[in-house]
Amino acid sequence: MSPPPTPRRKGPTVSTVSALRHLIATEVKLVLREPMTLGFGMLLPTVILLGLGSVPVLREPAADFGGVRFIDTFAPTALILGMGVLGIQHLPSVLATYRENGVLRRMSTTPVHPGLVLAAQLIAVVAAVFASSALLVLTAWLVLDVPLPRQPLLFTAAFLVGTASLVALGVLAAALAPSTRVANGLSMALYLVVMLVGGLFLPRIFMPDVLVRLGEVTPPGVQLLLDSWSGGADASGTGPLAQLAIMAVIAAVAAAAAAKLFRWE
Amino acid sequence: MPIIDVRNLHKRYGDKVVLDDVSFSVDEGEIFGILGPNGAGKTTTVECVEGLRVPDGGTISVLGLDPRRDRAELRENLGAQLQESALPGRLRAGEALRLYASFYRESADPDELLDMLGIADQRDTQFRRLSGGQKQRLSIALALVGLPRVAVLDELTTGLDPQARRTTWDLIERVRDSGVTIVLVTHFMDEAERLCDRLALVDGGRIAALDTPGGLVAGAGLEQRMSFRAPADLDERALSALPEVASLHRTGSQVRITGQGNLVYAVTAALARDRVVAEDLRVERSSLDDAFVALTGNGLPS
Repeated sequence: MSPPPTPRRKGPTVSTVSALRHLIATEVKLVLREPMTLGFGMLLPTVILLGLGSVPVLREPAADFGGVRFIDTFAPTALILGMGVLGIQHLPSVLATYRENGVLRRMSTTPVHPGLVLAAQLIAVVAAVFASSALLVLTAWLVLDVPLPRQPLLFTAAFLVGTASLVALGVLAAALAPSTRVANGLSMALYLVVMLVGGLFLPRIFMPDVLVRLGEVTPPGVQLLLDSWSGGADASGTGPLAQLAIMAVIAAVAAAAAAKLFRWE
Repeated sequence: MPIIDVRNLHKRYGDKVVLDDVSFSVDEGEIFGILGPNGAGKTTTVECVEGLRVPDGGTISVLGLDPRRDRAELRENLGAQLQESALPGRLRAGEALRLYASFYRESADPDELLDMLGIADQRDTQFRRLSGGQKQRLSIALALVGLPRVAVLDELTTGLDPQARRTTWDLIERVRDSGVTIVLVTHFMDEAERLCDRLALVDGGRIAALDTPGGLVAGAGLEQRMSFRAPADLDERALSALPEVASLHRTGSQVRITGQGNLVYAVTAALARDRVVAEDLRVERSSLDDAFVALTGNGLPS
């Protein structure tokens, strides 16, 4: 009788960190190969801002715009445009496709947990949001004389927590949707709400008061981004902190729900 | 000692019994087939073996490992090619293979693997631009990149054109020759007959029969038919008297015989004894298809 077949036992299994590093490198490449994501998520916000900035009247302070330059008030909206395309349109669509096409199932036959490919895609998307936003802020400053955020610490905090809240909502949409089509529908609805409140369809200075107030509590927190960019946020008051806290809670709750409810098949 | 041992596997989804007391074992170096119509429980069976599903009852051992308890160790040693499993559309074939190679503590050289599977020219082609056959071959490559001891291949050639199927079959034999034990799930009779050393016929969640392809055909007790042209002085009675022969008809020089068991050998031996030259000898072999119908009482959709 032949000896029983045994598994090969050589060396430790591949570490999670090493697998994640390879996966992140792959997912970053994939994001960069997606022309729609690249165009709409990373370049379009800057292009729109430059387009509007080429209209002289929008570059001058005007009574119609509350005595400030239109372009200054619109910059945060352009910022949110890119964050939204990446975080709540691209991300849920990719995650749902990975589930529907069996990418996750195939991963689950390897020693590496399929959750890592989700984490890698998420990290790649957050990196894309950072790149898109840096491009916008720098272009606005260098080309259109939109000042760099005047309250940089508060702005950075608002941007980070706002990104987290958007991305968490995006992952939650993917977690709950039974199919890629539903995920795309959900994320489109979310996106429209975010952009409406964010002032893409109607500049925020013309908005009814109730929509403006909504901007304080709707991810990613357009009001705080605007205030901290222009330096109008009352840094000593509780308002900014409360807005930060709201975004953080939304991010945490959505992320926890997504992790708990994620459909793997 | 078998490399895979499955004992009394039970699985139900809600009220529906999917697997009902499935037992089989696979020896090292075999190509073991699991054959049956769609919905028979083939995929559920191998998903339990792969550790992707938890059976409701029974035991599974792969290389002495429990697919649930020794999950990580099993995945280092078992490669799986799943039915309908895609990759991100813009991932290139070579990138996919290098990525998957990074998941295992020991892995095959991705470039050699692409070469062996005949898709080296597609190394820089994005997944969405590969043909069906190329996707399947990449899928096999991904199942093999971790240097597994066992590879489970599910519905490998479904949707491939005849040429691509034959190429894939040759490939499977080469993989086996390299020392990998293969479990092949299929609903194609010709594929099972061509490739498998042993076969489990699965029908309605049960194993209807388990044997070599030839053994299944013989065991089904099917009638065999042969015909030949014989000279006029043929002693028909001597042939009819053979226990294997059930009937004999003669039309001119054409003789047709039906029977069972080792019919062809018995008849040709008798002819040789009498120094009769049988010309134009034809044997109608019963196929695995016929055996499947006989053993399960229903046919496969072709």
